[in-house]
Amino acid sequence: MAGRRAAGRPPGEPRRVAYLYLLPAFVIYAAFLLFPIGRAVQFSLYDWDGLSVGRWAGLDNYAAILADEGLRAAFGHALVLVVFYALIPLAVGLALAAVLNHAKVRGLGFFRTVVFLPQVVAMVVVAVAWRRVYAPDGTLNALLGALGLDSLTRGWLGDYAFALPAVGVVGTWVETGLVTVLLLAGMSRVPPDLYEAARLDGAGAVREFFAVTLPSVRGEIAVALTLTVIAALRTFDLVYVTTRGGPGTSTTVPSYEVYHRAFGLGQVGSAAAVGVTLALLIFVISFGINRFADRGLT
Amino acid sequence: MTPSTRRTGRTPAIALLAAAALALTACAPGSSAPPAPGSQAPSAVRTDAAALGDVTLTVWDQEVRGGQAAQMKQLNDAFQAKYPNIKLNRVSRSFDDLNTTLRLALSGNEPPDVVEANNGRSSMGAFVKAGQLLPLDAYADAYGWKQRYPESVLRYSRYSADGKSFGEGNLYGLPQVGEVVGVFYNKAKLTKLGLQPPKTWADFETALGTAKTAGEVPLQLGNLDKWPAIHVFGTVQGRHVPAEQISALAFGRKGASWTTPENTAAAEQLVGWVGKGYFAKGFNGQGYDPSWQAFGKGEGVFLIAGTWLLADLEKALGDDLGFMLPPGVSADAAPVATGGTGLPFAITAKSPHPDAAAAYVNFITSADAMKVLTSTGNLPVAETGEQSVQAGPQQDVFTAFGTVTGKDGLVPYLDYATPTFADTLGAALQDLLAEKATPQEFLATLEKDYKTFTESN
Repeated sequence: MAGRRAAGRPPGEPRRVAYLYLLPAFVIYAAFLLFPIGRAVQFSLYDWDGLSVGRWAGLDNYAAILADEGLRAAFGHALVLVVFYALIPLAVGLALAAVLNHAKVRGLGFFRTVVFLPQVVAMVVVAVAWRRVYAPDGTLNALLGALGLDSLTRGWLGDYAFALPAVGVVGTWVETGLVTVLLLAGMSRVPPDLYEAARLDGAGAVREFFAVTLPSVRGEIAVALTLTVIAALRTFDLVYVTTRGGPGTSTTVPSYEVYHRAFGLGQVGSAAAVGVTLALLIFVISFGINRFADRGLT
Repeated sequence: MTPSTRRTGRTPAIALLAAAALALTACAPGSSAPPAPGSQAPSAVRTDAAALGDVTLTVWDQEVRGGQAAQMKQLNDAFQAKYPNIKLNRVSRSFDDLNTTLRLALSGNEPPDVVEANNGRSSMGAFVKAGQLLPLDAYADAYGWKQRYPESVLRYSRYSADGKSFGEGNLYGLPQVGEVVGVFYNKAKLTKLGLQPPKTWADFETALGTAKTAGEVPLQLGNLDKWPAIHVFGTVQGRHVPAEQISALAFGRKGASWTTPENTAAAEQLVGWVGKGYFAKGFNGQGYDPSWQAFGKGEGVFLIAGTWLLADLEKALGDDLGFMLPPGVSADAAPVATGGTGLPFAITAKSPHPDAAAAYVNFITSADAMKVLTSTGNLPVAETGEQSVQAGPQQDVFTAFGTVTGKDGLVPYLDYATPTFADTLGAALQDLLAEKATPQEFLATLEKDYKTFTESN
């Protein structure tokens, strides 16, 4: 051990000084992130209304979450949203980016901006706009009417079968731009000689995509999936503005429950428990995605 | 990975554990605030505000829109002019912002002196339970509030000292304005259909049928936001269920039941209207604001909604707009309507100047203040019938509110019942109106929430 240190020590100042440099950032990180997380975990172990003195509840709040049918449904809805927020945008984004990258269209910068635009607009604004689109007298129904498809018109956000997909489509619309731009950046880094080699070996466009493009953007896919899956699981603003969890309870999501319990019902302990559970779920899923991507690279 | 990167990777995890351990060993949440001083009213209350010395009052209100903001400014200026020794520090926020921040503000060591607190169990009820509000009964006696305000209005600010029973007990706040859910109608449409404003509930239902046959939208509704149908159901319920039963259910008191033949009849009538196509198409997917705006544009003969829409609808429809209390089973039946008050002004238990605070609350709810409220387009909660307003929809509203409070016919909003009832009822009504639930299933859902709460309260 001693010998290793003498030989293996890098030149320059002793290592431990580095921690001193990290300290200012760590203090801020601890004060604004670690401490609140610790407090949230603490709250989740109490039965607390936010006003009077809390009562120790142990894991009761967590047990109640597991037993709560409505809350399980909310987590289920969040998983459905993952399909709309992450998987569909990924499929669309891959196709779109491959075409844009390949075709070398004129005005690529313009298309990139247009596709990315939904990301720039605040989610609340997006939600208000889509609420109008989906209204019984809204744009979507007007469009269907003009096509002679009157039988399909309905109040989309008030329909039990269509409300959740309708909310999901908004997510797809928002996230596709982000995914496309990320993948486009990745694809433009692929050395042209790889494509040349593939073509010399007789690969067509499709084969080229799967053999060259897809493996090259694995890292970007991981980043895109991580971002969009997190966005899907913590959806709050979109549901809050469009449906408030309705019709009935068909579009409730966990984040909405956190807000509702803490500020509406005054069940701060239970709200914290839902929040911690959601954070853990997000952590596990994004950890899985990154493990998958890392393993693919080595 | 090299050993050194692995080591740095572990550090945050250790720090996180340390932070968590630190937090866990700290005392229980909420215990850092000192206990509230005895929430008894001072034995001798002082009403001579000018003699209270130099005092600064912090007031949190939500009077930020149009006529609300105007009346508050006018009354505050008048108060300052009359009592220069009392300085007002006004903090005003929107309703939603106030609701979400008040809880934290009240649990702090220096809460505001006067706050507008929502009546419901999860707001005012929770604050009373935590001993954060001052009972105002001594001031009510000193200032004669009980003579000026009808009991059916005051009870919306009453709680037992432990915060458990709502609608009775100590008085914890005083509202400025009133509101009642009634029937807005489009006079031009009624004339075209050859109809008079209905005098009985049966007339009303017939009028809906006539409107439907003539190709009009009989009853405008947008229920995407979940709560609007609560007002429609409450109105239908008031025709079928005795008022005292509705009050017991809506205040979440023991001993009532949702699964009665009367409630079933109300739910059946409501869902029957869906079957007959009386509501606007796609109502469960239409927002509340677009729906009343559509009524303002002439889509819809009737709209069951609260008086808070008066100013906006009057702007859109002018003298074509009419308003009435929901008609009774017979023309001479006692009026029953869902309604309540604006947010009551309450005084915090930790306020060092309760006498000055009470003087302020009294000033903004005095007979003179009611005149200011009228002139700024609000509906004053007391002495409503004595205000002079122009004939037209505004007079309709004043007459309606004066009549229903005069005969103690106001019944509370159904979502007051339990802390979770707004959600339970909102979702259940969407299910009922979409015919996903039968009236029996609908009432069973409500009964479960109501019973769970009353048995544990």
